[in-house]
Amino acid sequence: MKLKTLIATAATSMLMAGMTFAGSHMANDMTIVSWGGAYSNSQIKAYHEPYSAKTGVSIINDESSAEAVAKLRAMNEAGSVTWDVVDVVAADAMRLCDEGLAMEIDPDTMLAAAPDGTPASEDFGDLLVSECFIPQIVYSTTFGYRTDLVGDTPPVSVCDVFDLEAYPGKRSLEKRPINNMEWALLCDGVAKGDVYDVLGTSEGQQQALDKLATIKDSVVWWSAGADTPQLLADGEVVMGSTYNGRLFSVIEEQNQPVAMLWDAQVFDLDGWIIPTGLSPERQARALDYIMFATDTQRLADQAKYISYGPARMSSAPLVGQHAELGIDMAPHMPTDPNNAKNTFLYNYEFWADYRDDIDAKFQAWLAN
Amino acid sequence: MSSETDTGRVLAADGTPLKRSLARALRRQKLRALMLVAPLLIFVLLTFVFPIGSMLLRSIENNLVGDTVPETVVAIASWDASLGELPGEEVYAAFTRDLLKAVEAKQHTRLGSRLNYELTGMSSMFRQTGRRIGKWDPVADAPFKEKLIEAHKGWGEISTWATLQTYSGPYTAGYFLNAVDLQLTPDGIQLQPEEKRILLKLFWRTLVMSLVITGSCILLGYPVAWLLANLPTRKANLLMILVLLPFWTSLLVRTSAWKVMLQQQGVINDVLVWIGLVSDDARLVMINNQFGTIVAMTHILLPFMILPMYSVMQTIQPTYLRAAKSLGATNWTAFWRVYFPQSVPGIGAGSILVFILSIGYYITPEIVGGTKGVFISNRIAYHISSSLNWGLAAALGTILLAVVLMLYWAYDRIVGIDNVKLGG
Repeated sequence: MKLKTLIATAATSMLMAGMTFAGSHMANDMTIVSWGGAYSNSQIKAYHEPYSAKTGVSIINDESSAEAVAKLRAMNEAGSVTWDVVDVVAADAMRLCDEGLAMEIDPDTMLAAAPDGTPASEDFGDLLVSECFIPQIVYSTTFGYRTDLVGDTPPVSVCDVFDLEAYPGKRSLEKRPINNMEWALLCDGVAKGDVYDVLGTSEGQQQALDKLATIKDSVVWWSAGADTPQLLADGEVVMGSTYNGRLFSVIEEQNQPVAMLWDAQVFDLDGWIIPTGLSPERQARALDYIMFATDTQRLADQAKYISYGPARMSSAPLVGQHAELGIDMAPHMPTDPNNAKNTFLYNYEFWADYRDDIDAKFQAWLAN
Repeated sequence: MSSETDTGRVLAADGTPLKRSLARALRRQKLRALMLVAPLLIFVLLTFVFPIGSMLLRSIENNLVGDTVPETVVAIASWDASLGELPGEEVYAAFTRDLLKAVEAKQHTRLGSRLNYELTGMSSMFRQTGRRIGKWDPVADAPFKEKLIEAHKGWGEISTWATLQTYSGPYTAGYFLNAVDLQLTPDGIQLQPEEKRILLKLFWRTLVMSLVITGSCILLGYPVAWLLANLPTRKANLLMILVLLPFWTSLLVRTSAWKVMLQQQGVINDVLVWIGLVSDDARLVMINNQFGTIVAMTHILLPFMILPMYSVMQTIQPTYLRAAKSLGATNWTAFWRVYFPQSVPGIGAGSILVFILSIGYYITPEIVGGTKGVFISNRIAYHISSSLNWGLAAALGTILLAVVLMLYWAYDRIVGIDNVKLGG
């Protein structure tokens, strides 16, 4: 009995010592970079607050994700990286990985397994699009329309955006070629499977621009995600593209007469990267945070605050109700079967190659 | 203080020659003056001269290619792309050795992104090839020509190697050529294909619109500055606050306010429809075009025009005007021949301020400019933060800087920079 107690005490104290030892090897504060607004809010509620409560780490929230790639490159050149974990879209994560600015992640050792023991690499599956990227949510770029301005036959297809006769009025599109070129080709009769083959040729690019030219005079071009919701609320546009979470808040939180047009929504991913060039203590802290914040329950929790789909398969059944509105979130997820009848996945490899070339053509076309 | 000695030299009180003592005192004074300006000097050097210098350098720098694939650069130098044949095995072998090292150091994808600016598709070529050659042995697995082409068919294209050869030097004119809608190709300097020419047009548009904005600031600002200088003090102070109030409001707030005013469902259109000047289905388009940019920027930059004008007009004696009128001049003649010429230095100072500020403006055109009202700075911002083509951004910035300096020089020749006053 005595011996047992002694051993137990010794073991406990060793364990405690080990824990404090491990603790002293991790930094006690961290800077997490994200997009700001409702999105940062959902992360603070679902990830930061529980993590701080668990570990006592203080988290500084920086809202610079929009310029994250350029800023990380500048920080790296200056030799002083001040960010610990950065939220970026998958395409940016790929570029950061290409430039050696983000560290590679081994999902099975660095990320938590699903509750049933499925390793993280299988739980995330195809969404692990880059070696440096830890997916967090699936979001989509899709259209919303004013229910009171479209008459008795609301639009059902993405091609209705190109139909000025049936739906006169302005529409808002993002001021970049990505997504717009794909939609234009789809509505110009190109089969879904051929879109990127066609878009890889000069003729195909011209075809897409020609299709866009049919509505060019009726388009308001946006560059910030908040533009389309505002334009819809003001009645400036009849329909417009933006991120599905923004439309959710216009419809459900602000009760505007707007509805979703999920047709041909383009899926994209948003997630974390850890910058290279961190000190060992900070890197250990960042990895510890990532392990916590991307587990099955945490990803499902985020969906209580914003209508983006969790990136883990095991999180989907746990998605519940909105924390304040009390409505079921599942039907508002872009991945819900009713919404995902016709979808597109952002083609990362294609746009990594063609982005510069097509963007130059697109901007020249816009300016003419 | 000094006294004549035997040798005839003038000595100071302590016996040293006066000349030397004077020189020492002067040197000390200069040193003290230098120390007084040192903080500013160091500040300017660190935050202005050094960054601009490094930006200039970035626009021609091309070290990445030579640093990442050094052996290839040497091996490919003697290859002649115009013969229409792929380079020999020695180039492929050198490239494989370079690439293996680069993959290990995770540098190959950086080179891929760099060369992708010149030839679309290079980015994925480097990424995919890098994934496949990980286990190759640089000696045992030779020859590499067919293996590389099998890893990615792009290595079997002459244009790939020609591009690599063209951009193998440590410096390149490529960015500057791109900045003026030209391109450096293996066959020499060529015009960009027509569907990609946009930058010269944007430079031109930036200049023209900045001139229009400066002109409208003069037209709107001159009467206000005149009122400010000539009203009784209390009224003038009130007016001054009205001029300065928007100046103290956030730029974004003011720009967004113009959006609310000018959009089709906005305040101005609503009023026009309500009084019946415009029908409801023909609302005016006043935003997301050049008109929107000019209106919003004129409003934002107006204080920069009014303040220098006002401070110059304050120094013009009202007695001059009275004298002119008592000598028989009409109101107009007195103004045009006596008052206006004296206020020109204020116009000059305001115009230079407004013009130079507007030529580099970014956020307002981005928000209200739509497609036809954006400036070259919006393109620079895109290349800095989105496409990461910092070389091109630096070249565009350098050209913009050169244009501003040239215009400043022209202004000096035509009007004279001595003729600019920011105050009495």
